[in-house]
Amino acid sequence: MNYTLKELEAYNEKIEDLAKEMGLDYYPQEFEIISFEDMLCYEAYVGMPSHYPHWSYGKNYDRLKTTYKYNLSGLPYEMVINSNPCIAYLMKDNTLLLQVLTIAHVYGHNDFFKNNRLFKEYTDAALTIEMFKNHGTRIRTYIQDPSIGYEKVERVLDAAHSIKYQCGAFCKPSYEVTQKIEYPQENVLYFLSQYGNLEDWEKDIIAIVMKESRYFIPQIETKIMNEGWATFWHYTLLNKLGLPQGMQVEFFKVHNNVICQRPGSLNPYFIGFKIWQRLYERFDGDFKEMARIRGCERDSSFIRSYLDYTLCEESHLCEIQEEERYYVVSEVANEKGWQNIRNTLAENVGLGSLPTIYVEDVVKNENCLVLGHFYDGRELNLAYTTETLKYIQTLWGGKVILKTHLAKISRKIICSEDKKVTIENV
Amino acid sequence: MGTIFREYKANNRDRSIEDRRRHKELVEKSIKENIGSIISEESIIGKSKNKKIKIPIKGLKEYYFKYGKNQKDVVAGSGQEEKGQKVPKGEYSKGTGENGAGSEEGEDIYETEVTIEEAIDFLFEDLNLPYLQHKKFNEIQTEYGSKRSGVREKGPRQRLSKKHTMVEKIKRQKQELKARAELGLEKEIERIPFHKEDLRYFYRRPKFKRDSNAVVICIMDTSGSMGQTKKYLARSFYFLLYQFLLIRYVNVEIVFIAHTTVAKEVSEQDFFHKGESGGTYISSGYQKALDIIEERYHPQNWNIYAFHCSDGDNWGEDNEEAVKLASQLCKTCNLFGYGEIKTSTYTSTIMNRYMEDIHAPNFTAVRILRKEDVWTAFVEMLKVEGKGAGREEG
Repeated sequence: MNYTLKELEAYNEKIEDLAKEMGLDYYPQEFEIISFEDMLCYEAYVGMPSHYPHWSYGKNYDRLKTTYKYNLSGLPYEMVINSNPCIAYLMKDNTLLLQVLTIAHVYGHNDFFKNNRLFKEYTDAALTIEMFKNHGTRIRTYIQDPSIGYEKVERVLDAAHSIKYQCGAFCKPSYEVTQKIEYPQENVLYFLSQYGNLEDWEKDIIAIVMKESRYFIPQIETKIMNEGWATFWHYTLLNKLGLPQGMQVEFFKVHNNVICQRPGSLNPYFIGFKIWQRLYERFDGDFKEMARIRGCERDSSFIRSYLDYTLCEESHLCEIQEEERYYVVSEVANEKGWQNIRNTLAENVGLGSLPTIYVEDVVKNENCLVLGHFYDGRELNLAYTTETLKYIQTLWGGKVILKTHLAKISRKIICSEDKKVTIENV
Repeated sequence: MGTIFREYKANNRDRSIEDRRRHKELVEKSIKENIGSIISEESIIGKSKNKKIKIPIKGLKEYYFKYGKNQKDVVAGSGQEEKGQKVPKGEYSKGTGENGAGSEEGEDIYETEVTIEEAIDFLFEDLNLPYLQHKKFNEIQTEYGSKRSGVREKGPRQRLSKKHTMVEKIKRQKQELKARAELGLEKEIERIPFHKEDLRYFYRRPKFKRDSNAVVICIMDTSGSMGQTKKYLARSFYFLLYQFLLIRYVNVEIVFIAHTTVAKEVSEQDFFHKGESGGTYISSGYQKALDIIEERYHPQNWNIYAFHCSDGDNWGEDNEEAVKLASQLCKTCNLFGYGEIKTSTYTSTIMNRYMEDIHAPNFTAVRILRKEDVWTAFVEMLKVEGKGAGREEG
């Protein structure tokens, strides 16, 4: 460590003074200094040390380790949790500058968590840590129950994870059983937990997976805004800190790395930062205007409203379509094309990158679950769909049918009770 | 409430261990389940061990509903793009942005590629093959030349080492001077001549070379009745055999003999892809194998593995000759195997004859009906090898 805790605290104090002066409004903050291995672990387990076990988190861990080895996009080793008090981790081997920058970055996220509408409405920051602990305990209890055990729990988790985003992101069903299910029902998880052929503990596992997904949906829906906001604040705050020269140089290097944009991808830090910076100029530094936007928008509306022609052009945005061996550039950021690019991006961000699947009906005498896919020209990946349907079949117990379009023709994908998948024309 | 900083506390508990272990276990399970279909696709020779092969791993991908075709993406380009331009995938390696909800869905590391060597390791891991006990079959010792190895007091005059002899003489000289000094004698002495005891000779040790050579002789019936499916099964089998020998021997060669009523040595490509019409004399293939062994692979230097794949439709008049030559092959080879590839379950005459008339411990006959049988047949065959059978040699 090339710094002391005292130094961190001193910098933190300066950062907090500046942040408050500029208008940031955040939950009480806690920083924990941890090792590289701990950091990987926290990241693999979505920040929750007490998270329930599943092999996918082990896979996550190994993948993160590889990612860090080869590719450092975004801010390395940053982990903030949407909770009250807000918890963030600092990796002990980072340089002083990286710690200072991360601290400033974290206050940006913290402010965002506390004030963005999605977080306020759909998550309960004060109960976050308790919730994850409670989930972990429940799942571990099932694993340890001799009549259930690891394999059976894994079977349900595998299946529930496959449809974790079909959790009725923005409807707020009260989970009273008395309420009659209405079709179409976008909350496939909830539906299965109520009507699937499941034991009580299995229903409980589904409820746990659903709750966790819903906790993460605001983060998915605001990835660009949130990262951009935090990046904008670390940039602004650190520039005002009056860093010694060596640190100042390192600051620019790190910041440039964070917003580094490689051709062929879209770095959310980069595009988010660019938009916020532009808004800052546009409002002449008026925090109130910016605060209003961070409070009520989500990525798709944020992009639709504030990604303008100049930004598209500056960032060389283009729209591409994948073909067998190459990508075809279908739009470039010129006067004619930029609006299409903006719209496509607005449709693709957050949950827009995932298909909408809903429960259309149940054919009672055949014990058959009928699902629909809201088709907007984008087709499902058949291999993934097939496997996912098998998982749904596991939870449902009977036959499962999905109505969708394949090769632009309306089709039914049918998963029978013995998990044979066939495709029929409608 | 002020901001809290919590100091670093070493925490030796890694809670991911169990989940990582489980993940690894699932990966390996999946590889094992799929290996049969993978190896059938591989070309036998000329592939480096490090060549990556794709292994479809089920249950490891985290499946979910996602988009496939017709999806548009927005990316930042280089600024040089023009509408309608085609960009090679290599340039846009990460076409799909990192901004999606599936942000935790990167490509699975394990799902895609495993080297042939790793795959084979997975396969052979479970067999518990007693590799080392059978080393005598692996290595053949031959004497070739000799090597200097120190000096000795006796030897032929031609190998006299002047230097070592001189050293010995000087040693003796010094000793004598010392002794004289102790006894108080005068130091000056006349010249001390060489003595017989001073002479030293180079020693040459005979040198043995350990050869670790093996040759796989693939004999296949390419008559009209052997269709593509049957050849495909044969090919999988040869692939396993070849890979297996690669583990045990340093130098493995492979010979392909295709036969109908006559046999000839062919290339791998022709072996698996060229079909011929006509009848079947199995003996012709065996005779060719024996000829090639005679010519190029002397059993003293080579471990020979011959394996014959056929559907068993041998012409009756050839059976006697085939059995005779098969016995002969058993004598020259470490292992001689016969694999009958059939789509029906009845056993051919020739296979029955082999079972009855060949008693060599290193002979094995297996039957392969479906793709799944390849591996079982292979394991079956290895049991013969594992018993320690082999040609008799010192």
